[in-house]
Amino acid sequence: MSELREPKVDIELAREHGLSDAEYDQILEILGRTPTYSELGIFSVMWSEHCSYKSSKKYLKQLPTEAPQVIEGPGENAGVVDIGDGLAVVFKIESHNHPSFIEPRQGAATGVGGILRDIFTMGARPIASMNSIRFGTLDDPKHRYLLHGVVEGIGGYGNPVGVATVGGETSFHECYRGNILVNAFSLGLVEIDRVFRARATGIGNPVIYLGSKTGRDGIHGASLLASAEFDEQSEAKRPTVQVGDPFTEKCLIEACLELMRSDAIIGIQDMGAAGLTCSSFEMASNSGTGIEFDLDKVPQRETGMTPYELLLSESQERMLLVVKAGQEDRVFEIFERWDLDAAVIGQVVDGGRMKVRWHGKTVVDIPVDPVAASSPELDRATAPPADLRERQKLDLASIAPEQDPGGALEALLDTPDLGSKAWVSRQYDQLVQGDTIIGPGGDAALIRVKREDGTITRKGLAMSVDCNPRWCWLDPRTGAMAAVAEAARNVACTGAKPLALTNCLNFGNPEKPEIMWEFVEAVQGMGVAAEALGIPVVSGNVSLYNETAGRAIYPTPTIAVVGVLEDWEKHAVSHFTKPGMTVVLLGENREELGGSIWLALRRGLECGLPPAVDLAYEKRLHRLLREGVSADLITTAHDVSEGGLAVALTESTITGPERIGVEIELSDGIRPDALLFGESTGRVIVATQDLEGLESLAAGCGVALRRIGRTGGPRLVIRPPQGESWIDAELDRLHELWWNALPRRLEPLEGEEAA
Amino acid sequence: MFAVVQFPGSNDDRDMRFAFKSALGVDSRLVWHKDTELPADTRAVVCPGGFSYGDYLRCGAMAKYSPIMTAVRRFAEAGGPVLGVCNGFQVLCESGLLPGALVRNHQLHFVCEFVYIRVEQAATPFSSRCASGDVLRIPIKHGEGAYFADTELLARLESNGQVMFRYCTPEGEVGPAVNPNGSVSEIAGIRNQAGNVMGLMPHPEHAVEEMIGGTDGLALLGSLVDFVVGRAQ
Repeated sequence: MSELREPKVDIELAREHGLSDAEYDQILEILGRTPTYSELGIFSVMWSEHCSYKSSKKYLKQLPTEAPQVIEGPGENAGVVDIGDGLAVVFKIESHNHPSFIEPRQGAATGVGGILRDIFTMGARPIASMNSIRFGTLDDPKHRYLLHGVVEGIGGYGNPVGVATVGGETSFHECYRGNILVNAFSLGLVEIDRVFRARATGIGNPVIYLGSKTGRDGIHGASLLASAEFDEQSEAKRPTVQVGDPFTEKCLIEACLELMRSDAIIGIQDMGAAGLTCSSFEMASNSGTGIEFDLDKVPQRETGMTPYELLLSESQERMLLVVKAGQEDRVFEIFERWDLDAAVIGQVVDGGRMKVRWHGKTVVDIPVDPVAASSPELDRATAPPADLRERQKLDLASIAPEQDPGGALEALLDTPDLGSKAWVSRQYDQLVQGDTIIGPGGDAALIRVKREDGTITRKGLAMSVDCNPRWCWLDPRTGAMAAVAEAARNVACTGAKPLALTNCLNFGNPEKPEIMWEFVEAVQGMGVAAEALGIPVVSGNVSLYNETAGRAIYPTPTIAVVGVLEDWEKHAVSHFTKPGMTVVLLGENREELGGSIWLALRRGLECGLPPAVDLAYEKRLHRLLREGVSADLITTAHDVSEGGLAVALTESTITGPERIGVEIELSDGIRPDALLFGESTGRVIVATQDLEGLESLAAGCGVALRRIGRTGGPRLVIRPPQGESWIDAELDRLHELWWNALPRRLEPLEGEEAA
Repeated sequence: MFAVVQFPGSNDDRDMRFAFKSALGVDSRLVWHKDTELPADTRAVVCPGGFSYGDYLRCGAMAKYSPIMTAVRRFAEAGGPVLGVCNGFQVLCESGLLPGALVRNHQLHFVCEFVYIRVEQAATPFSSRCASGDVLRIPIKHGEGAYFADTELLARLESNGQVMFRYCTPEGEVGPAVNPNGSVSEIAGIRNQAGNVMGLMPHPEHAVEEMIGGTDGLALLGSLVDFVVGRAQ
C-alpha cells in the first residue's frame, strides 16, 4: 500500500483554501477533530461562494418560485415547468465567466457541457440552447480573441452534441474588459412522470459512477476560480480550467436517456463543480441518508491520484447514479454498448455520514448535513454606491438635440451591439432536431414540440434571454425589472404565454457593500417583476467576483424567460412579411433618454434614470399579443428596445427573407430624438391587415394603440406630420451597415489567423 | 426498407428518419455501427450527419473502420443506393465509396445557413424529382465541408457527370461569391461512377416542412423513395 503524503492541516492551510477563520472553527466543531486534507478540500469547495451561495441565499429565498405550472423550482439541477399534453420543460441558465476569460474556448465549451448535463440529469432530452455573452470593446485585440474563442467553444461543444443553439445575445462594453460574461442556457423536454432527481435512498442500493474517467483537470476549477477576484496572477490559473469532450457527452446523453426509460434508477446527479464531492453530498443530503464509497473503484485517467485530487477533480462528462439493488447489469449493458465507463463505487448507507475509503483507509468521515444543507449564510453589508446620485443625474434640457437623425441611425446600426450577430450565430447549428421555427435574430426563439418518439404536437416553445447592463448600473432594481419585462415581452411577441424564468446573476465582489447593494436591488427588482407577471423563478445561478484589479462589471442579471404557444403554426415574426400592411405602435412614447445607447454613442454620456417599467401594463400587453396572434390579427410583432423606435423599425424592414420598406408618420409632444431613439419600455411594433379588429382587441385589453404607417417600398421613411422627414434611407444601405458591423471589426484577427 | 446508420456521435439520424416518415411516409430502421450486417430487407442506406466518433481525427476517418461499413460497402458494390449527408458524405469519402475529400471550410469557421444549390444531374436515383438546372434552398451546417478533388479527378468527375450539385445564387448562377466553404468548382455533392452512391454537404432532411426550413429537401429524399419503390415493383 502506498504511503499517503499530505500537507498538515491547520488554520493557515484553511485560509489558503479560501476558508475564513470562523468557518475553520466551525469545521473543527462539526468534526470534533482536525480535518484530514481531503476533508478540508471538501469543506472548502462545498462552502465556496460558487457552491454554497453564502452571500446570496438570504435574498434568493425571497424570490417567487411557485405557480400551478411549476413542477420543480430552484434547488434541483434545473427548473421543471408543465406545458400541458403530459409534457414538461426543464431549463436553466448558468455562468462560466471566470474560466472563459482564462481559456475562452474550453471555458465556454464546458459551460455548455455543464448546463446540458443539468438538463438531461433530470430525464429530459436537451432540445434547445441559448447564451448571453459579453465582452470588452472590440478595439482591444484581446477581446476579439476572446470573442472568437468563446463562439468557437460554444459551437464546438453545442454542435457535436446535437442541440440547436436557437438564440442569445452578444454585447460589448468597456466594463467587461477585465471580466467577460459567458452565460449558457439550455432547455429540455420530458414527460411529466419521467422526471428524475438527485436522490440516494434505499439503504444498500449501489452508487454507480458513469462517464469519463477522472483526471487531474479542473481541480478547484469552478469552485475556487469563481469565488475570488482576478488579479495579475490569474493567467497562472489556466490549468484549473476543465477540458470538454462533446463526443462523450453526446454518448452520455443517449445512454442516460436509454437507461431512464427503464425503472432501475433511484436518483441521478451530474458531477459539476467540485465533482464527486458535490454530487454525492447533494444526493445524500436530499435524501437524509449517507454514502460510503471507495476511491479505488473510480475509473481513473492517470495513475497515482491522491484522494484529494479524486474528490475535487472537475473532469467533465461524469454522472453519479443510484439504482435499485440488482439492476446494476442493466446499467452496464447500456453503457458498454456506448463504450462508456460505469462502475459501482459504493452504496447508500444509514446514519447521514459520508465515508470515503482509499487504499483500504478511511480518508473522509463527515456528517452530510452540516456540509451540504447547513453551509454558512452571510448577511453582508450593503450601501448604495457613493456616486449613484451622480450617475442618475440627467438634465435633458442641457443635451443638444440630435441634428442628424439619419446619421444617428446609421451610427447605431453600425455598432457591434445593434449590428447583426449573424457572424456569431452562423457558427452554431441552429437546426438540428428539426424543430427550429424562429432561430437567432428574432425577438425570441421559437421551436416546435416534438415527442421523443417523433410525434409532432401543436405546441411551440418561445424563449428569450435579456439584460441591459447600462440600465442596471444606473438603477439595478429598475434594470432587473426591465430585463424580466423585456424577456417576457419578447416571448409574448411570438404569440406565446410566458411561463417561468431562470436567471444568471453576474456581479462584482460581494464583500464590497456597494456591490452587495446592487445585488440586493437587482434580486428584489427581479422578484417584483416575476411576481407581477406571473412568471416564477424556477432555476438560476449566481456569479460573483466578476471583478479585476478592483473594477467590477456593471451589474448584469441575465434573465431567460420561456413561454408556450398553443399552436406553433400560428405565430408572429419580428420582420415585415409583405407590403401594404398597416403598421401600429402598441404602448406609449415617453421622453426617456436616460441610459439609452443614443445618449452613450452620440453624446458620450451614460447617465440618467432608465425608462420606467409598468408591470401591470406589460401583463395586459401579453394578453393582447397572445390573442392577437391567435386570432390572425398580428403577423409581425417586434419589441422596441435598445436604439428605440428608429432601430426597431429598421430591424423589421431588413431582417426578413425579403427587405420590405415602411413609411411612418410620428407625432408626439416629446423631443424628436427621444421619439426616434428613446427606449421607453412596453412598446411593440405590429403589422396587421385588420386594423379595426386589432383596435377593438387592444381596447378590450387596455393597451394604447396608434396607427403609424404602412409597409412597402425600398426605403425606411420616418417623418413628422409636417415638414421634412427625419429619416429617409435606402434599405440596402441600412442592411449593409447592420450586416457588417461585427465582421468589419473582426477581420484584422481573421487575417492574422489565415496568415 | 431504409437503413439509417447510427455511429456514436451521429446527430441528424433522428431527423433523417423523421423526414422519411413524416414527409414521405417511409419507415426506416436505425442500424448500429457495431452491427456487421444490414437488415436483410434493406433497399437503401443513409449515412446521416453528425460528428462520428467526435470527428477528433479527420472527419469520418474513424467511422470507416466501423463494422457496419463493411456491410455498407458490400451493399454498394452490389448496386444498392447509398446516400451520405454531411458527416455521412465525409464517411463515404473516407471509406472510398466516393472519390475526393472534404476539408476545413475556407473561412475556418463552422457555418450554419440556408444556401442555394443547382441540380446538375437529374436522371439519377437521388434527383429524379428535379430537372437539371433546378435551384433548391437547403441548409448547410459544417466546419469541414470544402469538397476537394485534384485537377485530374475533377476533370473525370465533370466528364462522367458525377457532379450532382453546385452552390449558386437564388437565380441559379454558380460562382465563388456564393461558395460558402471554398469547395472546388462550387461542388456541393457528387456521386460515384456507377451512380448508386451519392454524398452532399447540404441537409435535405432539414428542408421537408413548409414552416420549418421549406420543402426543397423533399425533392431529393423523395427521389430516393421513388427509386426504391420503383425497383420493388
